[in-house]
Amino acid sequence: MAETKYLSEHYDKKEYRTLEGYKKLGGYEMLAKALKMQPQAIIDEVKASGLRGRGGAGFPTGSKWGFLPNNGEPRYLLCNADESEPGTFKDRVMMEKAPHQLIEGMLISAFAVKSHKAYIYIRGEYMGPTMILEQAIREARAAGLIGKNILGSGFDCDLDLYLGAGAYICGEETGLISSLEGYKGQPKLKPPFPAVQGYLRKPTIVNNVETLAAVVPILRDGAAGYRKYGTEKSAGTKLFSISGDVAKPGTYEVPLGIKLMDFINVEAGGMKPGRKLKAVVPGGSSAPVLTAAECQDATLDYENMAAKGTMLGSGAIIVIDDSRCMVDVLSTITHFYHHESCGQCTPCREGTGWIEKIVKGIVKGDGKPGDVDLLLKISDNMKGRTICALSDAAALPVLSFVTKFRSEFEYFINEKKSQILGTKLYAQSSPYAAHAEAH
Amino acid sequence: MFKLSEEGLKYVRSELTRYEQKQSAIIRCLYRAQDENGGWVSQEAIAHLSEVMEIPAAQIEEVATFYTMFNKKPVGKYHVQVCTTLTCGMLGGRELTDTMMKEAGCSKTGEMSKDGLFTFSKVECLGSCDTAPMLQINREPYIENLSEQKGIQLVKDLRAKGGK
Repeated sequence: MAETKYLSEHYDKKEYRTLEGYKKLGGYEMLAKALKMQPQAIIDEVKASGLRGRGGAGFPTGSKWGFLPNNGEPRYLLCNADESEPGTFKDRVMMEKAPHQLIEGMLISAFAVKSHKAYIYIRGEYMGPTMILEQAIREARAAGLIGKNILGSGFDCDLDLYLGAGAYICGEETGLISSLEGYKGQPKLKPPFPAVQGYLRKPTIVNNVETLAAVVPILRDGAAGYRKYGTEKSAGTKLFSISGDVAKPGTYEVPLGIKLMDFINVEAGGMKPGRKLKAVVPGGSSAPVLTAAECQDATLDYENMAAKGTMLGSGAIIVIDDSRCMVDVLSTITHFYHHESCGQCTPCREGTGWIEKIVKGIVKGDGKPGDVDLLLKISDNMKGRTICALSDAAALPVLSFVTKFRSEFEYFINEKKSQILGTKLYAQSSPYAAHAEAH
Repeated sequence: MFKLSEEGLKYVRSELTRYEQKQSAIIRCLYRAQDENGGWVSQEAIAHLSEVMEIPAAQIEEVATFYTMFNKKPVGKYHVQVCTTLTCGMLGGRELTDTMMKEAGCSKTGEMSKDGLFTFSKVECLGSCDTAPMLQINREPYIENLSEQKGIQLVKDLRAKGGK
């Protein structure tokens, strides 16, 4: 059993959600400690810990903080709680079970980067976590942990919650900033990076929920303590969301670097009875799919996933068993990216729609010879040609599904039915399917 | 003609000063207008917000049309949003939508049932894949671990509750 409840040590305790319960278990002691430190010493500790962004990109957190210019301008700290990458739900669990851990991590981080205003940008659908966080913020503010002169240190920091309204693209940091500024959430060209010109064109740090929460134990145990878990380049623990065809889907915290198959078979309870592993999407829907054979020696760290041509991403593992038709699975992914493209860049706006139409056509039995190569060509043309990474994120699953399961796609096009025996295809059986996808 | 309630106006005014710039209040104020307008944002609602917030209507409309959670046409009392992406798609979210729509008397997504109680939408990943299939009604906390049977029962319960 690799499960290591490090960040999630107290998540099972209901009182951990309240300020009183959180404090009883050592909560806000690290904030008090931080406020007595030099901000740079905190940044150095985070750098030394090897903590990398847990939202998907895996960029070293301490280095990101180091990009802030010293120009005397006000700085902002934004927590990215837009969690919308299909398959990902660990931030929701963290916010529901430990809202004060996030707030404490944010206050420590704000002090370290000398920010006096922090926001949690949370997706609009997350009403459960929103209510829990709002309550926690009220409690913390009433207790003098948020606001002026925190714990008598002379440090001021306000912390507020900003509610989104349903847009995957707002998880992209410049899209998030556009949304927070009151515009539609369209990404902006980088550079300038947010650390230089972000929210209101001021230096801004955007970090994921899990990243900011991890700052608390890093301060408690030091960089060396944190590095007891994980590998040299992928330090620490991570919360993984696992779903799909496994016996025990859920969120489990494990040290980085453990074997993917152990995680599936032990933490997630293995496959459903009588079923065999067919494929795994290892890091959210944008991550290229791995075949069962590729999964055998895969480990859950940034380097191994990159070496396998995919990514650890947000740590969202979607397990697909041998009863699934890969064409049908891909059709929900292509629909997603078409719906979520913000429409700014032509390759993405047109490409996601074209791809969706072709895949949907195949699933309905209207596939044409040449569709497979056309899919590969369109996807290839969508890579690296747009303002943000959504276009690449839409292209990568298509390229990997079609390349690795090509015979399934070709069989479907030629025979007008799935190669997987007994598959009941929604697109062919539902009387509503024609209308249902039209929005 | 749509007008916010006194309470609603008070809410909008406090939101206007909550953030560094007032246009950041648009999302919250649109939610408020949607809630007070029976679940959707009409042109009148946008015009009214524009007047109250002193922000051009086009700027409010830009936000209202960009984000999925603002309904641009009337919806039933219960706007049932079923997740159908990836995991939920694999584990029956699409079939669940059909079954519930049939029970509720809706012939397509986005269309209101005759009794005005239900509108169904298939939505993108709601971040609850371990409890698939799942759904959200209006802006309430999620309803999870569903089956087609549980979906039918949910429609029945809502009808009994909403018909009163």
